[in-house]
Amino acid sequence: MGTPWPSFHLSVEGDVKKIHDFLITHANGGVLTWAMEVQASKDFFLSYREVELIALEAGIVPVRYQKNGTTLSSADQIVLLKSHASVIGCGGLGGYVTEILARLGIGKMTVIDPDTFEEHNLNRQILCTVNVLGMPKVGVASTRVREINPAVELIPVRDSFSKEQGPSMLKGVQVVVDGLDNIPSRIELAQVCDAMGVPLIHGSIGGWYGQITTQMPGRHTVQEIFHDYSGEGGIEETLGNPPFSPALIASLQAAEVCKVLLGTGHCLTRRMLFFNMLDMEMETLEL
Amino acid sequence: MPITIKLFASLRRGRFDVKEWGYVPGLTCNRIIHDIGIPEKDVRLIFVNGRHASLEDQLDDGDTLALFPPIGGG
Repeated sequence: MGTPWPSFHLSVEGDVKKIHDFLITHANGGVLTWAMEVQASKDFFLSYREVELIALEAGIVPVRYQKNGTTLSSADQIVLLKSHASVIGCGGLGGYVTEILARLGIGKMTVIDPDTFEEHNLNRQILCTVNVLGMPKVGVASTRVREINPAVELIPVRDSFSKEQGPSMLKGVQVVVDGLDNIPSRIELAQVCDAMGVPLIHGSIGGWYGQITTQMPGRHTVQEIFHDYSGEGGIEETLGNPPFSPALIASLQAAEVCKVLLGTGHCLTRRMLFFNMLDMEMETLEL
Repeated sequence: MPITIKLFASLRRGRFDVKEWGYVPGLTCNRIIHDIGIPEKDVRLIFVNGRHASLEDQLDDGDTLALFPPIGGG
Protein backbone atom coordinates (compact mmCIF):
# COMPACT_ATOMS: atom_id res chain seq x y z
CA MET A 1 0.00 0.00 0.00
CA GLY A 2 1.00 3.60 -0.40
CA THR A 3 2.82 5.99 1.86
CA PRO A 4 1.34 6.50 5.32
CA TRP A 5 -0.44 9.66 6.48
CA PRO A 6 0.32 12.53 6.38
CA SER A 7 2.79 12.31 3.55
CA PHE A 8 1.17 12.66 0.18
CA HIS A 9 3.94 12.94 -2.34
CA LEU A 10 4.24 11.56 -5.79
CA SER A 11 7.81 11.86 -6.79
CA VAL A 12 7.45 11.95 -10.54
CA GLU A 13 5.13 14.29 -12.40
CA GLY A 14 4.50 11.57 -14.94
CA ASP A 15 3.06 9.37 -12.17
CA VAL A 16 0.54 12.04 -11.30
CA LYS A 17 -0.51 12.28 -14.95
CA LYS A 18 -0.89 8.51 -15.20
CA ILE A 19 -3.10 8.45 -12.11
CA HIS A 20 -5.15 11.39 -13.40
CA ASP A 21 -5.55 9.62 -16.72
CA PHE A 22 -6.59 6.42 -14.97
CA LEU A 23 -9.13 8.19 -12.78
CA ILE A 24 -10.55 10.27 -15.63
CA THR A 25 -10.80 7.19 -17.86
CA HIS A 26 -12.53 5.16 -15.19
CA ALA A 27 -14.66 7.87 -13.64
CA ASN A 28 -18.18 7.28 -14.74
CA GLY A 29 -20.15 10.51 -14.98
CA GLY A 30 -17.62 12.39 -12.85
CA VAL A 31 -17.75 9.89 -10.00
CA LEU A 32 -15.33 7.21 -8.82
CA THR A 33 -16.68 3.85 -7.68
CA TRP A 34 -15.21 1.88 -4.79
CA ALA A 35 -14.07 -0.84 -7.21
CA MET A 36 -12.05 1.76 -9.13
CA GLU A 37 -10.59 3.14 -5.90
CA VAL A 38 -9.38 -0.37 -5.06
CA GLN A 39 -7.92 -0.75 -8.55
CA ALA A 40 -6.15 2.63 -8.43
CA SER A 41 -4.79 1.90 -4.96
CA LYS A 42 -3.31 -1.42 -6.18
CA ASP A 43 -2.00 -0.18 -9.52
CA PHE A 44 -0.33 2.95 -8.18
CA PHE A 45 0.63 1.80 -4.65
CA LEU A 46 -1.43 4.52 -3.04
CA SER A 47 -3.56 4.59 0.11
CA TYR A 48 -7.31 5.00 -0.40
CA ARG A 49 -7.08 8.47 1.08
CA GLU A 50 -4.44 9.41 -1.50
CA VAL A 51 -6.59 8.04 -4.32
CA GLU A 52 -9.60 10.00 -3.05
CA LEU A 53 -7.57 13.20 -2.70
CA ILE A 54 -6.18 12.95 -6.23
CA ALA A 55 -9.68 12.24 -7.57
CA LEU A 56 -11.28 15.13 -5.71
CA GLU A 57 -8.56 17.52 -6.82
CA ALA A 58 -9.25 16.41 -10.40
CA GLY A 59 -12.96 17.17 -9.93
CA ILE A 60 -13.92 13.50 -9.60
CA VAL A 61 -16.11 12.63 -6.61
CA PRO A 62 -15.80 9.21 -4.94
CA VAL A 63 -19.30 7.70 -5.03
CA ARG A 64 -19.23 7.31 -1.25
CA TYR A 65 -19.39 11.11 -0.91
CA GLN A 66 -21.76 11.72 -3.84
CA LYS A 67 -24.89 11.99 -1.71
CA ASN A 68 -23.36 14.77 0.35
CA GLY A 69 -24.58 16.81 -2.64
CA THR A 70 -23.92 20.52 -2.50
CA THR A 71 -23.82 20.41 1.31
CA LEU A 72 -20.15 19.41 1.07
CA SER A 73 -18.19 20.51 -2.01
CA SER A 74 -15.15 18.66 -3.35
CA ALA A 75 -13.01 21.35 -1.74
CA ASP A 76 -14.76 20.69 1.58
CA GLN A 77 -14.27 16.95 1.20
CA ILE A 78 -10.55 17.53 0.61
CA VAL A 79 -10.31 19.59 3.80
CA LEU A 80 -12.07 16.86 5.78
CA LEU A 81 -9.82 14.13 4.35
CA LYS A 82 -6.77 16.14 5.41
CA SER A 83 -8.17 16.74 8.93
CA HIS A 84 -7.37 15.13 12.26
CA ALA A 85 -10.07 14.84 14.94
CA SER A 86 -10.05 13.12 18.30
CA VAL A 87 -12.93 11.37 20.05
CA ILE A 88 -12.45 11.00 23.81
CA GLY A 89 -14.54 8.13 25.07
CA CYS A 90 -15.94 5.50 22.72
CA GLY A 91 -19.19 4.61 24.41
CA GLY A 92 -22.65 6.10 23.86
CA LEU A 93 -21.68 9.47 22.38
CA GLY A 94 -18.18 8.55 21.15
CA GLY A 95 -19.33 5.43 19.27
CA TYR A 96 -21.89 7.35 17.22
CA VAL A 97 -19.49 10.25 16.66
CA THR A 98 -16.78 7.87 15.41
CA GLU A 99 -19.25 6.20 13.04
CA ILE A 100 -20.47 9.53 11.63
CA LEU A 101 -16.98 11.05 11.26
CA ALA A 102 -15.82 7.93 9.37
CA ARG A 103 -18.72 8.26 6.95
CA LEU A 104 -17.98 11.98 6.68
CA GLY A 105 -14.44 11.14 5.59
CA ILE A 106 -12.36 12.70 8.38
CA GLY A 107 -8.88 11.58 7.28
CA LYS A 108 -7.46 10.82 10.68
CA MET A 109 -9.13 10.08 14.01
CA THR A 110 -7.54 9.43 17.39
CA VAL A 111 -10.06 7.51 19.50
CA ILE A 112 -9.30 7.18 23.20
CA ASP A 113 -11.03 4.80 25.66
CA PRO A 114 -9.65 2.35 28.24
CA ASP A 115 -12.72 0.08 28.44
CA THR A 116 -14.01 -3.13 26.93
CA PHE A 117 -17.62 -3.63 25.83
CA GLU A 118 -19.97 -4.92 28.50
CA GLU A 119 -23.49 -6.26 28.28
CA HIS A 120 -25.06 -3.14 29.79
CA ASN A 121 -23.65 -1.11 26.85
CA LEU A 122 -25.97 -2.92 24.40
CA ASN A 123 -28.95 -0.61 24.94
CA ARG A 124 -27.28 2.50 23.51
CA GLN A 125 -23.72 2.09 22.20
CA ILE A 126 -23.78 1.72 18.41
CA LEU A 127 -20.50 -0.21 18.28
CA CYS A 128 -21.58 -2.72 20.93
CA THR A 129 -22.97 -6.07 19.73
CA VAL A 130 -23.13 -9.44 21.44
CA ASN A 131 -20.19 -10.53 19.31
CA VAL A 132 -17.79 -7.92 20.72
CA LEU A 133 -18.54 -8.25 24.45
CA GLY A 134 -15.25 -8.22 26.33
CA MET A 135 -13.36 -6.63 23.45
CA PRO A 136 -11.62 -3.23 23.71
CA LYS A 137 -13.90 -0.43 22.50
CA VAL A 138 -11.17 1.30 20.51
CA GLY A 139 -10.28 -1.97 18.74
CA VAL A 140 -13.90 -2.53 17.74
CA ALA A 141 -14.08 1.10 16.57
CA SER A 142 -10.99 0.60 14.45
CA THR A 143 -12.48 -2.48 12.75
CA ARG A 144 -15.80 -0.73 12.19
CA VAL A 145 -14.17 2.35 10.64
CA ARG A 146 -12.07 0.18 8.29
CA GLU A 147 -15.29 -1.51 7.17
CA ILE A 148 -17.06 1.80 6.59
CA ASN A 149 -14.33 3.93 5.05
CA PRO A 150 -10.79 2.60 4.52
CA ALA A 151 -9.69 6.11 3.53
CA VAL A 152 -9.93 7.01 7.23
CA GLU A 153 -7.02 6.24 9.52
CA LEU A 154 -8.12 5.49 13.07
CA ILE A 155 -5.51 5.61 15.81
CA PRO A 156 -6.84 3.54 18.74
CA VAL A 157 -5.59 4.56 22.18
CA ARG A 158 -6.66 2.10 24.89
CA ASP A 159 -6.08 4.36 27.83
CA SER A 160 -7.89 6.85 30.04
CA PHE A 161 -7.65 10.50 29.10
CA SER A 162 -5.67 12.39 31.72
CA LYS A 163 -4.46 15.90 32.21
CA GLU A 164 -0.88 14.63 32.30
CA GLN A 165 -0.99 12.53 29.13
CA GLY A 166 -3.57 14.68 27.34
CA PRO A 167 -1.13 16.95 25.46
CA SER A 168 0.76 14.01 23.97
CA MET A 169 -2.48 12.13 23.22
CA LEU A 170 -3.89 15.14 21.34
CA LYS A 171 -0.76 16.20 19.49
CA GLY A 172 -1.64 17.39 15.99
CA VAL A 173 -5.39 17.16 16.61
CA GLN A 174 -7.50 20.00 15.18
CA VAL A 175 -10.77 19.36 17.01
CA VAL A 176 -11.76 17.23 20.00
CA VAL A 177 -15.10 15.57 20.80
CA ASP A 178 -16.11 14.98 24.41
CA GLY A 179 -17.62 11.51 24.74
CA LEU A 180 -16.60 11.07 28.37
CA ASP A 181 -18.87 9.67 31.05
CA ASN A 182 -17.95 11.74 34.10
CA ILE A 183 -17.65 15.38 35.01
CA PRO A 184 -14.14 15.60 36.58
CA SER A 185 -12.58 14.13 33.39
CA ARG A 186 -14.55 16.60 31.28
CA ILE A 187 -13.12 19.50 33.24
CA GLU A 188 -9.58 18.15 32.72
CA LEU A 189 -10.25 17.63 29.00
CA ALA A 190 -11.54 21.19 28.69
CA GLN A 191 -8.43 22.54 30.44
CA VAL A 192 -6.09 20.57 28.17
CA CYS A 193 -7.94 21.64 25.02
CA ASP A 194 -7.88 25.24 26.15
CA ALA A 195 -4.15 25.11 26.89
CA MET A 196 -3.48 23.51 23.49
CA GLY A 197 -5.70 25.94 21.61
CA VAL A 198 -7.96 23.18 20.27
CA PRO A 199 -11.75 23.54 19.93
CA LEU A 200 -13.74 21.11 22.09
CA ILE A 201 -17.22 19.87 21.28
CA HIS A 202 -18.82 19.11 24.64
CA GLY A 203 -21.83 16.83 24.88
CA SER A 204 -23.42 15.00 27.78
CA ILE A 205 -26.56 12.97 28.32
CA GLY A 206 -28.81 11.72 31.10
CA GLY A 207 -32.27 10.19 30.85
CA TRP A 208 -34.47 12.06 28.36
CA TYR A 209 -32.07 14.98 28.45
CA GLY A 210 -28.87 16.11 26.80
CA GLN A 211 -26.71 19.17 26.26
CA ILE A 212 -24.13 20.33 23.76
CA THR A 213 -21.82 23.31 23.44
CA THR A 214 -18.61 24.17 21.59
CA GLN A 215 -15.69 25.57 23.56
CA MET A 216 -13.32 27.59 21.44
CA PRO A 217 -9.75 28.25 22.63
CA GLY A 218 -9.59 31.10 25.12
CA ARG A 219 -13.10 30.45 26.41
CA HIS A 220 -13.76 28.41 29.51
CA THR A 221 -17.27 27.31 28.70
CA VAL A 222 -17.07 23.76 30.04
CA GLN A 223 -15.23 24.84 33.19
CA GLU A 224 -17.97 27.45 33.78
CA ILE A 225 -20.75 24.90 33.32
CA PHE A 226 -19.24 22.49 35.84
CA HIS A 227 -17.57 25.09 38.09
CA ASP A 228 -17.02 23.81 41.66
CA TYR A 229 -18.88 20.58 40.92
CA SER A 230 -17.99 18.02 43.56
CA GLY A 231 -19.69 14.92 42.17
CA GLU A 232 -18.64 12.37 39.54
CA GLY A 233 -21.82 12.28 37.52
CA GLY A 234 -25.17 14.01 37.17
CA ILE A 235 -28.78 12.95 36.68
CA GLU A 236 -27.69 9.95 34.57
CA GLU A 237 -26.61 8.24 37.78
CA THR A 238 -30.27 7.63 38.58
CA LEU A 239 -31.99 8.16 35.20
CA GLY A 240 -29.52 6.08 33.14
CA ASN A 241 -29.10 6.64 29.40
CA PRO A 242 -31.74 5.36 26.96
CA PRO A 243 -30.84 4.49 23.31
CA PHE A 244 -32.01 7.72 21.68
CA SER A 245 -30.19 10.38 23.71
CA PRO A 246 -26.61 9.50 22.60
CA ALA A 247 -27.74 9.30 18.96
CA LEU A 248 -29.20 12.83 19.12
CA ILE A 249 -26.36 14.58 20.91
CA ALA A 250 -23.62 12.71 18.99
CA SER A 251 -25.15 13.75 15.66
CA LEU A 252 -25.06 17.37 16.75
CA GLN A 253 -21.46 16.99 17.93
CA ALA A 254 -20.46 15.52 14.55
CA ALA A 255 -22.12 18.46 12.77
CA GLU A 256 -20.13 20.85 14.96
CA VAL A 257 -16.89 19.00 14.11
CA CYS A 258 -17.67 19.36 10.41
CA LYS A 259 -18.35 23.10 10.75
CA VAL A 260 -15.29 23.78 12.91
CA LEU A 261 -13.04 22.05 10.36
CA LEU A 262 -14.64 23.79 7.38
CA GLY A 263 -15.06 27.16 9.09
CA THR A 264 -18.66 27.35 7.99
CA GLY A 265 -22.01 28.11 9.62
CA HIS A 266 -22.52 29.18 13.21
CA CYS A 267 -21.03 26.98 15.91
CA LEU A 268 -22.34 26.75 19.46
CA THR A 269 -19.71 29.14 20.78
CA ARG A 270 -20.86 30.65 24.10
CA ARG A 271 -24.20 28.95 23.57
CA MET A 272 -25.44 25.65 24.91
CA LEU A 273 -28.39 23.69 23.59
CA PHE A 274 -30.31 21.84 26.27
CA PHE A 275 -32.65 19.11 25.02
CA ASN A 276 -35.66 17.65 26.77
CA MET A 277 -36.91 14.70 24.71
CA LEU A 278 -39.64 13.88 27.22
CA ASP A 279 -41.52 17.12 26.55
CA MET A 280 -39.78 17.76 23.18
CA GLU A 281 -38.34 21.11 24.19
CA MET A 282 -35.04 22.77 23.36
CA GLU A 283 -33.53 25.68 25.26
CA THR A 284 -30.69 27.84 23.98
CA LEU A 285 -28.60 29.10 26.88
CA GLU A 286 -26.19 32.02 26.47
CA LEU A 287 -23.02 31.21 28.38
CA MET B 1 -44.43 41.64 40.24
CA PRO B 2 -43.75 38.01 41.13
CA ILE B 3 -40.65 36.05 40.19
CA THR B 4 -41.21 33.43 37.47
CA ILE B 5 -39.46 30.14 38.21
CA LYS B 6 -38.80 27.68 35.39
CA LEU B 7 -37.57 24.18 36.15
CA PHE B 8 -35.91 21.98 33.53
CA ALA B 9 -35.38 18.27 32.96
CA SER B 10 -35.52 16.07 36.04
CA LEU B 11 -35.99 19.05 38.38
CA ARG B 12 -39.63 19.07 37.24
CA ARG B 13 -40.33 15.64 38.65
CA GLY B 14 -42.78 15.92 41.56
CA ARG B 15 -42.58 19.72 41.33
CA PHE B 16 -43.68 21.96 38.44
CA ASP B 17 -42.61 23.31 35.03
CA VAL B 18 -43.30 27.00 35.64
CA LYS B 19 -44.47 28.78 38.75
CA GLU B 20 -44.84 32.34 40.01
CA TRP B 21 -43.16 33.17 43.32
CA GLY B 22 -43.76 36.14 45.60
CA TYR B 23 -40.99 38.75 45.41
CA VAL B 24 -39.44 40.15 48.58
CA PRO B 25 -36.40 42.46 48.67
CA GLY B 26 -33.12 40.64 49.15
CA LEU B 27 -34.43 37.36 47.69
CA THR B 28 -31.57 35.19 46.36
CA CYS B 29 -31.50 32.26 43.94
CA ASN B 30 -30.25 30.08 46.76
CA ARG B 31 -33.21 31.00 48.98
CA ILE B 32 -35.75 30.09 46.31
CA ILE B 33 -34.02 26.78 45.55
CA HIS B 34 -34.10 25.98 49.27
CA ASP B 35 -37.75 27.00 49.67
CA ILE B 36 -38.83 24.89 46.67
CA GLY B 37 -37.08 21.98 48.33
CA ILE B 38 -34.46 21.24 45.69
CA PRO B 39 -31.16 19.97 47.12
CA GLU B 40 -28.42 22.43 46.13
CA LYS B 41 -26.35 19.64 44.51
CA ASP B 42 -29.22 18.92 42.12
CA VAL B 43 -28.92 22.37 40.51
CA ARG B 44 -26.03 22.96 38.11
CA LEU B 45 -26.95 25.90 35.93
CA ILE B 46 -28.81 28.98 37.09
CA PHE B 47 -30.08 31.60 34.66
CA VAL B 48 -31.75 34.86 35.57
CA ASN B 49 -33.51 36.54 32.63
CA GLY B 50 -31.46 34.33 30.30
CA ARG B 51 -28.12 35.24 31.87
CA HIS B 52 -25.83 32.88 33.71
CA ALA B 53 -26.16 33.54 37.46
CA SER B 54 -24.90 32.12 40.75
CA LEU B 55 -26.58 30.89 43.94
CA GLU B 56 -25.86 34.09 45.85
CA ASP B 57 -27.24 36.46 43.20
CA GLN B 58 -30.16 38.61 44.31
CA LEU B 59 -33.33 38.70 42.27
CA ASP B 60 -35.26 41.75 41.20
CA ASP B 61 -38.97 42.28 40.94
CA GLY B 62 -40.32 40.42 37.87
CA ASP B 63 -37.17 38.37 37.17
CA THR B 64 -37.31 34.93 35.54
CA LEU B 65 -35.24 32.26 37.24
CA ALA B 66 -34.37 29.10 35.28
CA LEU B 67 -32.77 26.05 36.92
CA PHE B 68 -31.03 23.10 35.22
CA PRO B 69 -29.61 19.89 36.71
CA PRO B 70 -26.12 18.48 36.06
CA ILE B 71 -25.82 16.11 33.10
CA GLY B 72 -22.66 14.05 32.92
CA GLY B 73 -23.34 10.86 30.94
CA GLY B 74 -21.74 9.92 27.71
